[in-house]
Amino acid sequence: MTEHLNSGDGKSGDSNGGPENGEQRIHAMQSLLDNPFLLLFIGVAVPTVLYTVWGVMEVVQVPIGQ
Amino acid sequence: MIAKEKFRVCPDTGFKVFDTTEKLIKINAVVAVVFLAVGGLFGLLVALTRWPAVHLLPADLFYLVLTAHGADVLLFWIVFFEVAVLYFAGSVLLNVRLAAPRWAWAAFILMLVGAVMANVAVLQGESSVMFTSYVPMRVAPHFYLGLILFAVGALVAMFVFFGTLVIAKEEKTYEGSVPLVTFGAIVAAIIAVYTIASGAIILIPTLLWSLDLVADIDSVMYKLVWWGMGHSSQQINMATQVSIWYCIAAMVLGAKPLSEKVSRGAFLLYIVFLQLASAHHLLVEPGISSEWKVFNTSYALYLAVLGSMIHGMSIPGAVECAQRRRGFNEGMFGWLRKAPWGNPAFSGMALSVVLFGILGGITGVVLGAEQLNIIMHNTLYVPGHFHGTVVAGTTLAFMAITYLVVPLIFRREIIWPKVAQWQPYLFGLGVTGISLFMMGAGTLGVSRRHWDMAFTDAPLNFDVPPAAFLMMGLNGISAVIASIGGIMFILVIVGTILFGKKRGEDACRTNPVILPGGGATVMAAGSEGTLKLPGTIALVSVFFAAFVLYYFVNWKYLSEVWPLS
Repeated sequence: MTEHLNSGDGKSGDSNGGPENGEQRIHAMQSLLDNPFLLLFIGVAVPTVLYTVWGVMEVVQVPIGQ
Repeated sequence: MIAKEKFRVCPDTGFKVFDTTEKLIKINAVVAVVFLAVGGLFGLLVALTRWPAVHLLPADLFYLVLTAHGADVLLFWIVFFEVAVLYFAGSVLLNVRLAAPRWAWAAFILMLVGAVMANVAVLQGESSVMFTSYVPMRVAPHFYLGLILFAVGALVAMFVFFGTLVIAKEEKTYEGSVPLVTFGAIVAAIIAVYTIASGAIILIPTLLWSLDLVADIDSVMYKLVWWGMGHSSQQINMATQVSIWYCIAAMVLGAKPLSEKVSRGAFLLYIVFLQLASAHHLLVEPGISSEWKVFNTSYALYLAVLGSMIHGMSIPGAVECAQRRRGFNEGMFGWLRKAPWGNPAFSGMALSVVLFGILGGITGVVLGAEQLNIIMHNTLYVPGHFHGTVVAGTTLAFMAITYLVVPLIFRREIIWPKVAQWQPYLFGLGVTGISLFMMGAGTLGVSRRHWDMAFTDAPLNFDVPPAAFLMMGLNGISAVIASIGGIMFILVIVGTILFGKKRGEDACRTNPVILPGGGATVMAAGSEGTLKLPGTIALVSVFFAAFVLYYFVNWKYLSEVWPLS
């Protein structure tokens, strides 16, 4: 994997000072952005916890009317 | 061993278009447009009933038509079109065959059966409970079943898209990161998975409740989980429409984002925070704490808004850079004056960006603040806001890309190009009026869902100011204008698909619809890499000033609700 975001125009691409054709270190954020299934996990887990589960916990704590 | 699938190379874009992908893009797009036509007609009937001087339909038909309008345009039109966009962004932009085409066809059939079933249930007259179908209002079981089948079909389509990404990676059909447009489509698909799962979680027990197999559904619990679907489905739109903005800017002008990394970071903010905005529908619910409400709608939502503001600067900035590169350097706005305003793909995209930001974006932030929400909750301000996002933003963006999809995928020359040229302006004008006048009426206290805005004979009287009646009349006129724009779109697109001249191999030279090399720009990585954008900076500053001003004006309104003395 030698390609990076922004590598197309040569102006704003990353330059980590590595060899041109050798192994380049890929930034952790780029690894995240390049992994759709990790993004899928985040995109489902975060709203599930912060919106759904937290919200359900709030609702179930409401006392049942007599 | 997998048989090699047939494909053609598009002479305009250079994209490899596989047979199955092409058929599925076409069928999903066509069905989407049919639901837009049907749902748009219902929308016109709603507006004509809300127009006090016309008041077209009796109450029972009004609620029936309003339910059908919501389902057809908020769900079916949008999601069918989004599936077409996902197949394009996955298969075409990554140069790969579609994963599991049989599952893709099964997904389409499930979605179609579900959408038709829900429409039948509504038109039979026993399910006029609005698109939200809040319990304890009980409707015909096949209404819920239709929505569930549609949701399951859409979920299958999402996994076909994810499968296509896996095949592309394994077969190394692209290098490095996926194109930005595909990345935006991935974001849309991720949001869709949460959305559809939320829908299934709440609609399946509600179906069982409608069949008397479950004793009770708690109404607050229903609202909480349902809005995980109801509002998040509109966030799928946002991610898709932003992708379309980048796609059109690249194809028509050869524009690249200001910084591709920053644009991807903005999309990441969508993945993490955008869906939490669902909470703003529950801001006045008792039994849910302010911590939950404020965290989800303010702290988290503002980070998603930051993402939108980044895109909102990146798109016009990219257009300005591309235009200046092409030699349109005169003054601050020469690039804007010389933009291809006669190309409906560009004008639709530009109007979508501006109207979405001003009408939908700013008002969404105001609605998302717990304190401010109270002065407009459940008033017509809310549909005014989401007509700014879903119609002026998403629908206009989808219409704009259709003007590229038809010549490039259907291989037909647009009939009536003059009508096509004027269509985005007329539709945009009408939708702007709808959004502004509904928000104006809502600010004056007009109820969001009531057939009779005057509440005649109601036990508790509410004096609606005369200006609100004027607003609703202007809303009706705007709806007629938008409907004419919508009819023009349907006529041009359906007429072109059925009767348009076949687009020949040399049409990319004789009648180009995109910039030479525009297709390659969509697929390539790269950034403009500059902030020397005087025109964009000026436009964004005006937007930001309007944003701040409008936000604080609403705090002023709030202070007048409960004056302290």
